[in-house]
Amino acid sequence: MTRALRIIAANPLSLTGLILVLAIVLAALFAPWIAPFPTHNSAVVDFAYANSAPNGRNWMGTDLVGRDIFSRILYAYRISLGLGIVVLIIATPIGTIVGLLAGYLGGWTESVLMRLVDVFLSIPPLVLAIAVLGVLEPTLTNAMIAVTVMWWPWYARLVYSIARSEREEGYVLAAEVIGAPTTHIAFREILPNCLPAIITKMTLDMGFVIIIASSLSFLGLGVQPPTPDLGSMVAEGARYLPDSWWMTVFPGLAILFAVFGFNLLGDGLRDVLGADE
Amino acid sequence: MTLLSVQNLTKTFQTPSGPVHAVRDVSFEVERGECLAVVGESGSGKTTLANMILGILGATSGEIRFDGATLPAKRGPVHRRAIQFVQQNPLSALNPKRNIGASVRLGLDTYAIGPRADRWLKVEEALEEVGLPREMRQRAPSSLSGGQRQRVGIARALACEPELVVLDEPTSALDVLVQARVLRLLNDLRARKKLTYVFITHDLAVVRNVADRVAVFKAGQLVELGRTEQIFSAPEHPYTRSLIGAVPVVDDAELELRNKLAEGT
Ligand SMILES: Nc1ncnc2c1ncn2[C@@H]1O[C@H](COP(=O)(O)OP(=O)(O)OP(=O)(O)O)[C@@H](O)[C@H]1O
Ligand SMILES: [Mg+2]
Repeated sequence: MTRALRIIAANPLSLTGLILVLAIVLAALFAPWIAPFPTHNSAVVDFAYANSAPNGRNWMGTDLVGRDIFSRILYAYRISLGLGIVVLIIATPIGTIVGLLAGYLGGWTESVLMRLVDVFLSIPPLVLAIAVLGVLEPTLTNAMIAVTVMWWPWYARLVYSIARSEREEGYVLAAEVIGAPTTHIAFREILPNCLPAIITKMTLDMGFVIIIASSLSFLGLGVQPPTPDLGSMVAEGARYLPDSWWMTVFPGLAILFAVFGFNLLGDGLRDVLGADE
Repeated sequence: MTLLSVQNLTKTFQTPSGPVHAVRDVSFEVERGECLAVVGESGSGKTTLANMILGILGATSGEIRFDGATLPAKRGPVHRRAIQFVQQNPLSALNPKRNIGASVRLGLDTYAIGPRADRWLKVEEALEEVGLPREMRQRAPSSLSGGQRQRVGIARALACEPELVVLDEPTSALDVLVQARVLRLLNDLRARKKLTYVFITHDLAVVRNVADRVAVFKAGQLVELGRTEQIFSAPEHPYTRSLIGAVPVVDDAELELRNKLAEGT
């Protein structure tokens, strides 16, 4: 752990990523305490302060109905992170199991599973999500389902390629000759060798899931008002550009920071986890 | 008493460029407690033979009998447990993400050898038996030398309490001094645990040091089989003669080491 921190701290980019991610996570966790206007995460109106530019009271300005944008961004981070975590917690094990079985067992298991994965991967992700949301109602839960459906195949692909090369390693042969059960070989021998790549990808993907979820709500297919969401905030504010620039710029920057943060941290983790091979 | 009997064993690989006859109509027997060396140049089919004995590869034709019974294509646990192997490359033979103890313990868990609570103790004993400290069970493979890793590989195989051990070039990835120590260990273990070895190697100094008998392979065929002294003093087949004549001696230092090796010191 301390070694990991040292490696990350030694690289300014990884360190920036770590700091950004920590800041975002803390902001999301403590939003009710940090936000100057904690009630502004709902459908309240405060027309006296509507559409004001950044100032001492509202650091990032207010929206059309007078809600504090800074407060709403903090709450929006809760939604984004929560969505990212739920999506990855569901998508990663599904993709990992599919990839492990296809990569280790080979044969027809491999053909069937990887054909399925290829079908999913051949559809552009956003199109797939929009298709899912076209069938289901556009709610937060359904947005998560949509994003999960498009996400797991990437984990299947990643784990599959690692498992395929690991199965040629001597330790797998040794376990087979000893006669260890298939589940042991897949999950206890091969899986630990896939974990560094999986964890790195999960970190990188947190940023991408946030972008995709924001894109969906930008299109009106994700989180619905009045729940604050970075994507819908950008969409809403875009109508009042350039005059009320703060309505778009700050939520946009919030997305950018999140994506940058997770990407930089992900790259840093790659160094940390790759180093002990 | 015969432990392993190989009858008319053949393996043909179908490749895009035509069939490859890796092992052709090979028959031999290995006595209980014996060490049979299998020698032959690269590509002569030694590993293919080993893989068939281990059940990793199915034979194209012929049969393998173990302790009087024909081994089926799909081995049962009794036979899998009884035939273990030590592989050539100690670097890839151990899972980099599992500690030494977990690797050695695998056979104990698979075959439920001893009560669960005693298995770590058994792992430590297995490590001690191959000349490694008990504490090593906590270590990662990356912190071990090649020779130490090979000892762990031996401990892992022996933890299954096998009767036959197939060793595929177990020392060829090690430097000469370490080689000598590992060979001595293998000889000790065979005597102590009444093991039977099929010992694949292309190093004739190794053969002289460990083998009771030698099987010489050429292009998938068994061309000569005899007692070690006889193979070295009076090789019958011209190919065997060329093999013995072809022992490369690099320099005086190596020659000296090889001699030491041959004396088993
Ligand atoms: N899976 C396979 N598919 C096709 N051909 C194979 C396969 N495995 C081995 N062969 C071929 O069978 C022949 C015997 O190979 P094998 O590995 O048994 O030789 P070897 O005696 O162990 O050689 P070495 O000393 O290099 O390890 C070679 O010609 C090899 O190319
Ligand atoms: Mg070989």
